[in-house]
Amino acid sequence: MSEHAHKLKDSCHEHCHCIKINNLSVSFGEEKVLDDVSLHMHCGELTVIIGQNGAGKSTLLRAILGQIPHEGNIEFKETKTGNISNVMKIGYVPQTLNIERELPMTVYDLFASFISKYPVWLPKNRKLYGKIKEQLKLFSVEDCIDKQVGKLSGGQLQRVMLSIAVTPMPDLLVLDEPVSGIDENGVRDFYRLVDEMKHKHDLAVLLVSHDLELVRKYADKVVLLDNTILCQGTPAEVFENDSFKSVFGGGAL
Amino acid sequence: MDFLEYAFMRNALLAILVSSPIFALLGTMVVNKKMAFFSDAIGHSALCGIAVGVVFGFTSRSVSMVIFAILFSVLLNFVKDRTTYGADTIISVFASVAMSLGLVLLSRGGTFNKYSSYLVGDILSITQTEIISLTVCLVLVIVFWVFSYNALSSDNLNRDLARSKGINGKLFDYIFSAFIAVVIMFSIRWIGILLINSLIILPAAASRNISRNTRAYHLWSVVFSVAAGIAGILVSYYTGAPSGPMIVLLLGVTFFVTFVAHSFNKD
Repeated sequence: MSEHAHKLKDSCHEHCHCIKINNLSVSFGEEKVLDDVSLHMHCGELTVIIGQNGAGKSTLLRAILGQIPHEGNIEFKETKTGNISNVMKIGYVPQTLNIERELPMTVYDLFASFISKYPVWLPKNRKLYGKIKEQLKLFSVEDCIDKQVGKLSGGQLQRVMLSIAVTPMPDLLVLDEPVSGIDENGVRDFYRLVDEMKHKHDLAVLLVSHDLELVRKYADKVVLLDNTILCQGTPAEVFENDSFKSVFGGGAL
Repeated sequence: MDFLEYAFMRNALLAILVSSPIFALLGTMVVNKKMAFFSDAIGHSALCGIAVGVVFGFTSRSVSMVIFAILFSVLLNFVKDRTTYGADTIISVFASVAMSLGLVLLSRGGTFNKYSSYLVGDILSITQTEIISLTVCLVLVIVFWVFSYNALSSDNLNRDLARSKGINGKLFDYIFSAFIAVVIMFSIRWIGILLINSLIILPAAASRNISRNTRAYHLWSVVFSVAAGIAGILVSYYTGAPSGPMIVLLLGVTFFVTFVAHSFNKD
């Protein structure tokens, strides 16, 4: 192992953690939407969930976010100390926000309403404004801070939502299909940003995705879901798997 | 300034100064959350609140109306969250039932005419006790607004995201609906069931035409609301036109002027 790689590994170990999802099941009435899903995620690793529509991808995310009742548990473990903690900070990027073009709300207003108790209808809080600008800088959208949210481009809005998700820096970053409203370049851009964040901040990232091409390029681990986990592993392993071929057809890639 | 010699005019102006900011503030969120139909329904169900008070023999009509308003809004939200019908359908069901029940109860013995003043209201009849209740209301709404606006706003943008930040939007949503219901009940006697919703929706809607951020949105909403309120009462004093509809007309003009200004001013 080179000296550099060694150092990286050491620095990771200081605040490294792993997140274990154990036997997670979700039922809506009689119907079992997720059945016995077990999954390990590590910091500095991008885990991507793929599967057809209705496979339970979004349900899995919502269960991890603690927003729907589920069986099974989620463990959050510091690798160094071995401490198991139930308090895990999750950053979340949703598919869409409920905004219209003319909504009287700037990026500052949007951002502040999520991360601060200082009322956004009062005169701007300078300290808060500065902090938000710093966070937006992480994704190079600090110039948008006074823009109306409805007038941002799809790509800019994605970056703003990413900045909100990493304020404060979470233990796990959860991203819902970042496809709506942005073009192909925007999606590529999004993956690049997530990849960068992952390396820079040693984040564990969980992403629901449709773009198999980009998944192959960026994912560290792929999980094929169809109400339960059909297979998981490196992109190469999963894409060669028979269940992958039966879900997506042989010519998917 | 001869109108200031009359106690009823001084009371009416005071009442408008205190109540219009309440409507203006709540209206900003009602418009953002597309709840115009909800506040309209609460206004209509006020009749039922009055009727309940009459039937159970409450001495203070306001108390029975406030209790009814809170129960009604909480129940409505509760049912709305647990069905797959659209919110508009549920609101419609609740409002029609409440209004009809109110009409039936109040018409026993053919006495409904006694209550018809609730339909259009009469701001000139407002008493000092009512002005004091309104002032308490204003203080409560401002305090509530300081503590809950961010939560309401973020919850409206995306409930899952808000919850991931530890914001219990649903709770604030319930409190917000109850607040609207209570404020409407308090104001119904002098504004009237038919006009109350306009005072909530129009200032915010006009403000939205020309505002680009939350601060401007609030500021202009309050300015329009207070200005139209005072102007409406004065115009009605000098022309003899009813004051409630006059205020709403002025707010309507404000909306169309800002709307046109906005269309000329697109970036």
